[in-house]
Formats: sequence, structure tokens, C-alpha cells
Amino acid sequence: MNHSLEIKELKKSFQDFKAVDGVDFYVEEGKFFSILGPSGCGKTTLLRMIAGFLEPTSGSIKIRGDEMIGISPNKRPVNLVFQNLALFPMMDVGENIAFGLKRQNCSKSEIEEKVKNILEKVHLGGYERKNVSDLSGGQKQRVAIARSLVLEPSILLLDEPLGALDLKLREQMKIELKKLQHEFGTTFIYITHDQSEALVMSDKVAVMNNGKFEQIDTPENLYANPKTSFVASFVGETNIFEARLNEDRKSVLTKEGMNFKVFLVDEKIQTFCKLFIRPEAVVLLVDDGMEDMNYFDLTIKTILFDGSNTKVLANVDKSDHEIMVSLPQNRRFAHIKEGEVVRAGVHVSDCKCYE
Amino acid sequence: MNKHTKFGFYIFFIPVFLWLFLLIVLPHIELLFMSLKYENDMGEMVWSLQNYKEFFSEEIYWLTFLRVALYAILVTFLTFVVTFPIAFYITKVVSPKYKGFLIILLLMPFWVSELVRVYGWMILLRESGVINYFLVSLHILDKPIEMLYNDVSMIMGLVYTSMLFMVVPLISSLDGMDDSYIEAAHDLGASKFIIFFKIVIPYTAPGIVSGSIVVFMLTLGNYLTPNLMGGKNSLWFTEQIYNQFIASFNWNQGAAFGFLLLLLSSLIIWIGLKLTKQNLAKALS
Amino acid sequence: MIRSLPKSKGYDISFIIYMVLFYTFLFAPLVVTCVLAFNDSEFPTLPWNGFSLDWFFSNTNDRVGIFNDSSNLTSIWISIKTAFFVSIFSLTLGTMGAFLFEQENFKFKQGFYFLALTPLVIPGVILGISLLLSTNTAGTYMENTFGIDVEFFRPSFWLVVIGQFAFISTFVLLVVSARLKKFDKSLEEAALNLGATRFEVIRLITLPYLKPALIGAGAVAFLMSFENFNTTLFLIGSDTTLPINLYLQVRDGSTPIINAISFLLIVSTSLMAIINLIFTKKEQ
Repeated sequence: MNHSLEIKELKKSFQDFKAVDGVDFYVEEGKFFSILGPSGCGKTTLLRMIAGFLEPTSGSIKIRGDEMIGISPNKRPVNLVFQNLALFPMMDVGENIAFGLKRQNCSKSEIEEKVKNILEKVHLGGYERKNVSDLSGGQKQRVAIARSLVLEPSILLLDEPLGALDLKLREQMKIELKKLQHEFGTTFIYITHDQSEALVMSDKVAVMNNGKFEQIDTPENLYANPKTSFVASFVGETNIFEARLNEDRKSVLTKEGMNFKVFLVDEKIQTFCKLFIRPEAVVLLVDDGMEDMNYFDLTIKTILFDGSNTKVLANVDKSDHEIMVSLPQNRRFAHIKEGEVVRAGVHVSDCKCYE
Repeated sequence: MNKHTKFGFYIFFIPVFLWLFLLIVLPHIELLFMSLKYENDMGEMVWSLQNYKEFFSEEIYWLTFLRVALYAILVTFLTFVVTFPIAFYITKVVSPKYKGFLIILLLMPFWVSELVRVYGWMILLRESGVINYFLVSLHILDKPIEMLYNDVSMIMGLVYTSMLFMVVPLISSLDGMDDSYIEAAHDLGASKFIIFFKIVIPYTAPGIVSGSIVVFMLTLGNYLTPNLMGGKNSLWFTEQIYNQFIASFNWNQGAAFGFLLLLLSSLIIWIGLKLTKQNLAKALS
Repeated sequence: MIRSLPKSKGYDISFIIYMVLFYTFLFAPLVVTCVLAFNDSEFPTLPWNGFSLDWFFSNTNDRVGIFNDSSNLTSIWISIKTAFFVSIFSLTLGTMGAFLFEQENFKFKQGFYFLALTPLVIPGVILGISLLLSTNTAGTYMENTFGIDVEFFRPSFWLVVIGQFAFISTFVLLVVSARLKKFDKSLEEAALNLGATRFEVIRLITLPYLKPALIGAGAVAFLMSFENFNTTLFLIGSDTTLPINLYLQVRDGSTPIINAISFLLIVSTSLMAIINLIFTKKEQ
């Protein structure tokens, strides 16, 4: 079976700078695939190569089995939703959406029909004659997506289209985009630097750094089993300890002088390593004595109240090292006060060590 | 507003007011009044529309007027056609490395006096000029021909003189246009032709209009280029005004001509602004 | 089509050819003018008779170089004087106008602003004749009523200065306004808050901020005045400015001395352009 998109050994250099440095992946038909990475990691370059606005230095890009290298952007069965949306300001909503259809020489009635249908699908029925500048941020978003989807591309590329929206709208649009993708069944390739966008919407996420993919996985796996220290620190919140590996290769001694039994993600670690512990992996008020648990005292410094996402900042044992711990959502820990000392523990499998 | 700032306000306001009133408004009112005065048979100055009647009854006057208006429109259009590819190339096609250099190079000649530029064309084009010299030495021509003093050379000269005022607003409006509009249109399947007429031109319309207004106005009011490069039949309307003032010493008739020219240029500018729904302050800044 | 889109060879080549043709068209008259200033010939044309500085320095019966031509030298000096006064006056008034329209609020502000922009769309010839007519009327009135002969009401050096000042002020106003728009008003407010008077604020805070724009506007004003022809044509008295003087010579047949003057103009305006450019670069 042909994959919707298949990329092999893709490279792009600008003079000496390797923007994309050998990327391999495939995307299955009808999936929501995200490329997540910090700014400057090469994700926009990668997207623009898929769209055809940049010529790769080497490698192959196949869409439904057909090689795309050397084919101009307008001949590729992909459409791009631009970061600034690029809605034509001199045309109304209907004309914007009809733009691509007119280029395919569709009949007038067919165009009208399609524009009407797609606008209804993106919940903007009857907006044909509205001026683009009169739309809200979220509506512009949907018009831009409709303008591309009306051409029924094999793949829809999205270049951080939520970046310009305010936080609340962004939360809504995340859900909306996911729904839209479900309804249309089109393959979406979405690039972003916002991990929550990627995790919420995607079937699969590729984490990109310095022009390379660090890990391609489902959002759950990415969060639960990061393969590299970059992924562990970039995806989700985490506490980091500098440490050195003990001889038994099953525990480490942190810089603060604490011993942790750990799980070695990276078998190649020699002596120095980094220990990662997620805030929600730390369990408060536990009983001592379980075999595969690490125990320590936490001195509560600050409570960061944020509704269901409330956390505390606390010092570990007697050291100055501060870690972040999530409070469970039940009100069991509502009584905790700043300055209190609490016994806490964390399971070995949640203490991950990376190079 | 306290007394202090009130005082400050008048320090600025009075000179500006005097400037606008004494040097702009009053002289143009005087122009209108003078154009409405006519020396009757008794040698007295009386209010009359005779100067304007004169304009419409003498074919040479209104024909010149009409021809100049049409030529000015033609020059504006040609200037746009000639400079648009340059503006597009500099802003969108050429590597950004050369952009600054090309722009400086583009603006340089326009710092030099119009007279010098026209003179340059004269020594290139005239019968004993440089181009003729080359054409004859290369045996393309048997004997030199006069390439100056005709409508074509005059229009070329006017286009040359006006290019700057078109290319600068074009460059700045193309610069303000995000490349993603063109990419999006291309991605949606538009041809070059469609991108140009449906996306680029509408987007840069404000720049085109402000460039066109300035070029049109300068061409209409030009004196040097038509006078030095045009032929005997290429009389420009400003030359007729000059003749009335300096040669015939008929200031009232000249004032009427001047007022008509002012009216024409204001009218066309107004139409241009209305058509594109802009206002003067925005178009000129 | 643009940098990021695939381009055909033909598209690229035709653009490059067009660019080369265009820039040739742009520079041909200037280059030819400059080159022929150094030709050892009685006429500004080819053939090339060898290099000569006669049209700059010679002082014989046949050839009078520009540095020995008192008529042209005088007109250059008059143009410099005119441009000097015009730039000082229009810089002062244009800056006042910028403050007025950017920082003050008053009745009919929009109307006044519109009026202040009109000199941009009034043909220079019209401005020239309007001023000629009105000053003539005023002059006649003064003479008949009070028996005073006011010099600048007649075509003269000062009338030219006034005429050029009338429209060049608008350009200064636009350049200075553009910079003033970007000015952070809180700096002024802070200075006022610390006890400075309105004029101290302008002198110590705002004007230093505007300096690059003022220098740029001053240069533009100087150049516009130095090169002005249309308005000057009607207002000129016995003090002929350089463009008018050159025009008379070009119209009545020319010698390479005009090339020599043009060469000097081209070199000095290019220098001025470069200096102006450096200042605007600094501003950014």
C-alpha cells in the first residue's frame, strides 16, 4: 500500500547551514501528523519542501507513491495553509474559496455549490459575501482551511496557523481542527512549536531538533516514553537532575548527593547523565518500604494554584534543588501549607536517565 | 488646555497659517479673479468670462489642452508599464543581496537636475548626436536623421523624467506585500497571468494610484521636457501659459489658462482617488 | 515567479535582459554627458578627439571653461544662495507644521492638513503664475497707496525664494512628520513631568530625536530648490539661477561647457545623495 506521504533521506542546506539534515518518515492516509520543534529546528523548511516552495538538496518526497521532486507547487496534490493565512484581502470569503476552483475551470454552478458546501462544513454557512477583514481570527482560520480543502488535496499542510490567535481561541481551534480533520478524512501535516497543540490534535507526532527527527510516536508514547533527553525536556514539563551513574548501573548519585534507583533509557551512558522526573510521577504522603520506589522529603516552598493543574514548588531533602510536583485533583492535599515537610516517593520506572 | 500650551500652539499655528493663506490660498484666488477680468473696448477692466470663451473658440488652445491631457495619461500608463517589472524584480525576484544596491542605482539619476537629464538625451538623439554618430559609423544609416523634436522623443523624455515617482511607491507597496499571497495563489493553481492580475495588481493598487497621480500631475505641469525635446507641433499647455504671460503679456488670458490646467489636474486626481477609494493624504504619504 | 517559486530559464533571462536594458536607458544620457565634458571638441558630440580639460579650465577666445565663465559661475552662486535660504526657511516652517499637525489638536485640522499637502499636486507653473499675479497686485497696491516700492513684490531674488519656499515646505513637513509619528510621546511627558517647559522639551528631547530627519529634509529641500525650474521661471528677476541660465544656453545651441557644468552637478549631487543615504541608514 502507498502511504499518503513518504520521505526518505531528505536534506536541505543553506550554504554551510544544514536546515534539514536527513529526515525519514511516512504518514498514513487520513492521519493527523504533527511536526513539533523549537523555532529554527528546520520544521518550516521541511514543510516548504513538501509544499514545493523549496528545492531539497537531496532526498525523496513521495505523495501516494509519486515522486514530487522537481514538480512545481501548483502541480502537487498538496495545499498549504500559511502561517499568516494569506487570505486575499481584495476578495470576499466566497471569492477566496472559489479562487482555486476557478483555476481548475470548474463550471459556475459547480463552484457555487462547492463553496456553499465547504462553508457549511466549516460552520460558516452563508458567509460567502463577507469581507475577509470583517472576520474574527477563528473564522479567518476556517476560511483559509476551507480554501485549501475545497480543492480536495491528498495532503493539507498547516504552517502554525494558530500562532496568531489568543490563548482561549487557540484552545477552541485545536479541538475544531481535530474535528475538521476527522470529518474530511484528509491527511493533515501540521507544524508547530507548541507541544500542547501537537499532543492534543495528532495521531502521530515527530519531534524535530537541529534538522533531525528525535522521535516519531503517538502523543501518549512521546509523553510516557521519550527516547531522548531532548524529547523528555521539550514535551511536557519535567524535573531535571544532574547526576552520575553508580557502578551497579541501576542507580545514580545526584549533584545534591541523593541516591535514586533509575531506569536507563540510554544504555550507552558512561558516568554522567541527566535524571528526568515528571511532576505528576511524584507521589505525596506515601508509606516507606516499597522495593522499587525512591523516597525523599519535600519542603514545600510555594503553591502554584491553577485549578485542576495546581502544582507545588518544593526543595528535595535538605538541598536547594527545587522540583515541581503536581497535586492530585481531589482535595486531599488542600491543607498543605508553605514550609511544611512532606514525605514523597517516585517509582523507578518514572526516573528516567538520559545521556 | 492651559495658557502655556495655548501659547505654544499659536507659535506653530500662526506661521503655518500665514504660509497657507498668503502663499497658497490667496495667490490662487487672485489667479481666479484675474482670469475673470477682461479689458473691454474702452480699455477698462471688467468682470467677464471672455478669457474662457477665448479658450473654447480658438481651436489651437483647447486642442492643445486636450492633447496634453491625453499625452499625460499615456505617459502615466507607459511609466507604469516600464517601471513595474523593475519594481517587481527588485522586490520579489532578485537575490536580497543585490536589492539595496539596485535601488540606490535606480534612484541616483533622479537626484540630478531634470535639465541635465534632458540635455543628455538631446546630445544623444539629435541629428549631430551620439546615436547618429554610431549608426552612421556602423553603416546602419547613410546619413544622420533627426531623432529629436518629435512626439515620440518627447514622450520618451517625459517617461524618463517621471519614472522615479512611479517606481518608489511601487517598490514600497510590493515590499509590503507578503510573498505568501503569491505562494498561496500559486499553490491553489493560479497561472502567472492570473497571479499578476488578480493578486499582485489589486494588492499594489494604492501604490499604483499614488505613483500615477504624481506622474500625471508632473507631466501635465512639465515645461522643460516638451519645450526642449518636443517638435514644433508638440506644443505643451504650460508653454501656452508661458507665452501668454511672457510673450503676449496677456496676464488675464494666461490666468484663465492656468486656472483651467489647475482644474484639469485636480479633476483627474480626484477621479483617480474616487475610483480607488483613497484619500489624498494617504495617497501622498 | 518569485524567489520561492520555480522559475523557467526563459523567465529569468528575459528579466535580466530587461534589467540591463532599463539600466542602460537610465544611465546613458548621464554617462554620455559626463564623458563628452572631457572631449577635445567644440561641440558636445562624437568623434572623440582626445581628452581635454579645456571646458573646465581654459580661458581663450574659442573656449571658456566653466571656472572662467563669470555668467555661469554667478548663476551657480545665486542658485546656492537661493537654495540656502529656501532650505533654512522651509526647514523651520515645515518642522513647525509637523509639530502642529502631529502634536496639536484644533478645529479644521483635517482641512488645514489637506491644504498643506496641496502644493504637491499644484503644477509648479501654476504656483509660479499665481504668485506672480498676486505679488504684482500687492506691489501695485503698495506703490499706489503708500508710494513704497517693495522689492520682493516684483520678480526678484527674494520672490524666487518665497515661491520655492511655498511648496518645498510641504516636503519638509512630510519628512519630519513621518519621523515625528514614530516618536515615543512618553519621553516628552517624562521631561514635562520632570519640570521642563514645552520649548525646553522640544529643544532638548524632540529636536535631537528629529535630527536625522531634519538633515535629510534639509538636503532634499536644498536640492529641490537648486534644481527648480517651473516655479522659478515666472518669478525670476535679473538674478538668473543656474537651471534657468542652463536652459537658455541649451535652447540657443550648446557648447561642451554645459557638459562640464552637468558633470560637476552630477558628481556633487551623487555625493549629496550618498551622504543623505548614510544619514537615513543611521536613522534606521
